[in-house]
Amino acid sequence: MKFEGKVIKYGDNVDTDVIIPARYLNTSDHSELAKHCMEDLDATFVTRVNKGDVMVAGYNFGCGSSREHAPIAIKASGISCVIAKTFARIFYRNAINIGLPIVESPECANDAEENDRLEIDLEKGFIINYNKGKTYRIEPFPEFIQKIIVAGGLMARTKKEALPTETD
Amino acid sequence: MPMTMTQKILAKAAGLDSVKPGQLVQAKVDMVLGNDITAPVAIHEFEKAGLEKVFHTEKIALVPDHFTPNKDIKSAEQVKRMREFARKMGIKHFFEVGQMGVEHALLPEQGLVVAGDVVIGADSHTCTYGALGAFSTGTGSTDMAAAMATGEVWLKIPEAIQFNLIGKPSEWVSGKDIILHIIGHIGVAGALYKSMEFTGDGLEFLSMDDRFTIANMAIEAGAKNGIFEVDEETIKYIQEHSCKTYEVFTADNDAEYLKEYTIDLSKLKPTVSFPHLPENTRTIDQVGEIPIHQVVIGSCTNGRMEDMRIAAKILAGRKVHRDVRCIVIPATQRIWKECMQEGLFDIFVDAGCAVSTPTCGPCLGGHMGVLAAGERAVSTTNRNFVGRMGHAKSEVYLASPAIAAASAITGKISSPDEVMK
Repeated sequence: MKFEGKVIKYGDNVDTDVIIPARYLNTSDHSELAKHCMEDLDATFVTRVNKGDVMVAGYNFGCGSSREHAPIAIKASGISCVIAKTFARIFYRNAINIGLPIVESPECANDAEENDRLEIDLEKGFIINYNKGKTYRIEPFPEFIQKIIVAGGLMARTKKEALPTETD
Repeated sequence: MPMTMTQKILAKAAGLDSVKPGQLVQAKVDMVLGNDITAPVAIHEFEKAGLEKVFHTEKIALVPDHFTPNKDIKSAEQVKRMREFARKMGIKHFFEVGQMGVEHALLPEQGLVVAGDVVIGADSHTCTYGALGAFSTGTGSTDMAAAMATGEVWLKIPEAIQFNLIGKPSEWVSGKDIILHIIGHIGVAGALYKSMEFTGDGLEFLSMDDRFTIANMAIEAGAKNGIFEVDEETIKYIQEHSCKTYEVFTADNDAEYLKEYTIDLSKLKPTVSFPHLPENTRTIDQVGEIPIHQVVIGSCTNGRMEDMRIAAKILAGRKVHRDVRCIVIPATQRIWKECMQEGLFDIFVDAGCAVSTPTCGPCLGGHMGVLAAGERAVSTTNRNFVGRMGHAKSEVYLASPAIAAASAITGKISSPDEVMK
């Protein structure tokens, strides 16, 4: 998977309540959720995000509530990938399970500034920041998690396990 | 290889003799939980994958507690979807309004979780059941969907941080003050991906309600789970509430901990967490003059019987300040009834409080007490993020039921000592 886009940058401890406030959780419609993504932290986000943009943040991204609506809202808003110094653990699982690409890269997250142009190649394992003229290596996911990604998400894998097909 | 409590529980659930930190395992679950926000997403995933059967009809709990009694049509549609799914699948533990409670107060009370269990829930505060010596952790909806189908979950074996609690806490220091103190000390990512294991002589002074409150907020330090050593108090609670078979896991003497903290409970002071992160703690003597507009006493953190009793003790014969709305929410129907029988509602209503049926409502800015711009609340809940209880320009101060009740009377953040003269 390869992405190219401009950086939209946030700080540390971005919680899932600001990613998608609970007052909008009476629906799980993806486009409805996307309309309110980041609203309480940055009301301009939805107006300036372009398809393919990369969200870059600090430590503990996605902390707080387990709402899967948070990675869903980010993905549906057009963000191609989230790069952070660290991720909160439930958000990390949820992102993998729903197929929102995430990358832990403290160096890249540190250097990147708003509107920098990034290229991310998940297969080859690097990020390029064109404005900074720097390349960063991405640590590959553990094999176990790669299998979930290759299977097309957790449910695709589960379906295979829970429903034996005739050829099994 | 020596193991911690969490590691031992997960090894058993994975069918292994031993496990080590970082190892990925496929563990069997004893209970899968979802609420009216997260379960509909899980049900959608479950059905979209063409699955037709849940792994066990008695090992899934569906609790519509967040936007219930339904606050609007969309919320009602979400609960309807849960209800229909529960009926279709034959899921036994679906709790309708009138039987339900805030999920993490309800499940232990109903005896659905016991020591040694592995529980996952599509709600971050699922870590509450660590108070019972169970492994429990929050996940998302897709994890819930997969576990409903297979009865299993993939987990990374966590490292642990040990909290050795010693000494006896003073009168107004509760489980809430202890966990806020710890989060203030280690930070909101201080236990990221780790187990918080609570042990020590100080446990004898902590009631089960205190322990539920402490384990409940382990997620606020980023932890995977919080877990308490099982003692007589735990066994007594389990025997009073459950017929399930329990198993006690004890950490090996030479188990490895990433860090060990010793916390002298006798030295702690009542603690308040300032906006907008739970780690922004101050002891009550350092709070200063902070006028408030609303108080909420309830939630999965502090809506249990002891919390109600402490609030009532402080509010008895006193009046809520004219500039404050005080909302009291017993967390379950059983607690509600006990409050009624003990006469606590007379105290609350005479003081000028609004008493609600069980709901998570105001904690997440859902309903039953949403804040306007510029308003400040003292809340016994667990999060004070930007916009958590309403407008992005409102503020939430997290505190114990004792501080919340005292603050309701004075109209500013106050120590119970100020009103109990």
